[in-house]
Amino acid sequence: MTTTGALFYFFAAVLLFAAFRVITSRSTVHAALYLVLAFANASVIWMLLNAEFLAIALVLVYVGAVMVLFLFVVMMLDLNSDDFRDGFWKHLPLAGLIGAVIALEMALVLMGGFRLTDVPAPDPQLAKLGNTHLLGVEIYTKYLYPVQLAAVLLLVAIIAAIALTLRKRKDTRAQDPSQQVLAKKADRLRVVKMDPVLDRPSAPPAAPAAPAGGDKK
Amino acid sequence: MSFGPITLGHYLSLGGMLFALSVIGIYMNRRNLIVLLMAIELMLLAVNLNFVAFSHYLGDLGGQVFVFFILTVAAAESAIGLAILVVLFRNRSTINVEELDTLKG
Repeated sequence: MTTTGALFYFFAAVLLFAAFRVITSRSTVHAALYLVLAFANASVIWMLLNAEFLAIALVLVYVGAVMVLFLFVVMMLDLNSDDFRDGFWKHLPLAGLIGAVIALEMALVLMGGFRLTDVPAPDPQLAKLGNTHLLGVEIYTKYLYPVQLAAVLLLVAIIAAIALTLRKRKDTRAQDPSQQVLAKKADRLRVVKMDPVLDRPSAPPAAPAAPAGGDKK
Repeated sequence: MSFGPITLGHYLSLGGMLFALSVIGIYMNRRNLIVLLMAIELMLLAVNLNFVAFSHYLGDLGGQVFVFFILTVAAAESAIGLAILVVLFRNRSTINVEELDTLKG
């Protein structure tokens, strides 16, 4: 058995175990973490298939971004996992039957692929460039328009996600900078004309109001 | 112990098993919406594995370009799906699929 074969069997086994734990684990956080493990193993298996760029992209996009988003959402929601567990194993016979049917259908459809055993010898000049370079050439020449469509799709997703979750809270106090900038001097400061107040060190306490009125004149 | 060389059939079997496992997961976790989303991600992973394997064994890079686009769409899908989930939880305080029966469907 070659080294590649041993690596394939090992990582495939861990991948299947992680996938199994994703669907059976009791807590949703554990399921998300096992999904991270599954993605990491799938990335190694893609590397065995010489798809280096996609393997790294899978780790960056899925483990780095999507699964962190999943974990955030799982931890933000206050979930009681016992609500989801009653009668969990009751569905197993039906689920197993459907899974077996799906696997059989896939085997039937992909039967031609099972007969394919050897890899075509790569063009030595192309092989020198490396997978990432070749993929870049392919994407930016033949698939340029789809790449731009994908970019627009991501923009739509960003805007949609923000628009869906944005809300105005009524119970918070916040400053409104535009209102602050628009404020005029007249809004805040009122100039009042008033009489001068004179300090009299030893005024008689008997009638303080009368002499003040007299000074005015 | 000898298994012979790794062929396309090995990768396709792995992809098929992964896909079947995620279908089973969708049937067994019918109540928890988050685990349903995770099972869908697993399904996409299985499909991508098939794409990459075919691309390698047929010597055609088109399969890998397609995986690139599937990754894009899957990232957009999970971002919007989780946003909808958060809004749902804010409005109904539950993500149990069996309690989301306002439409009486």
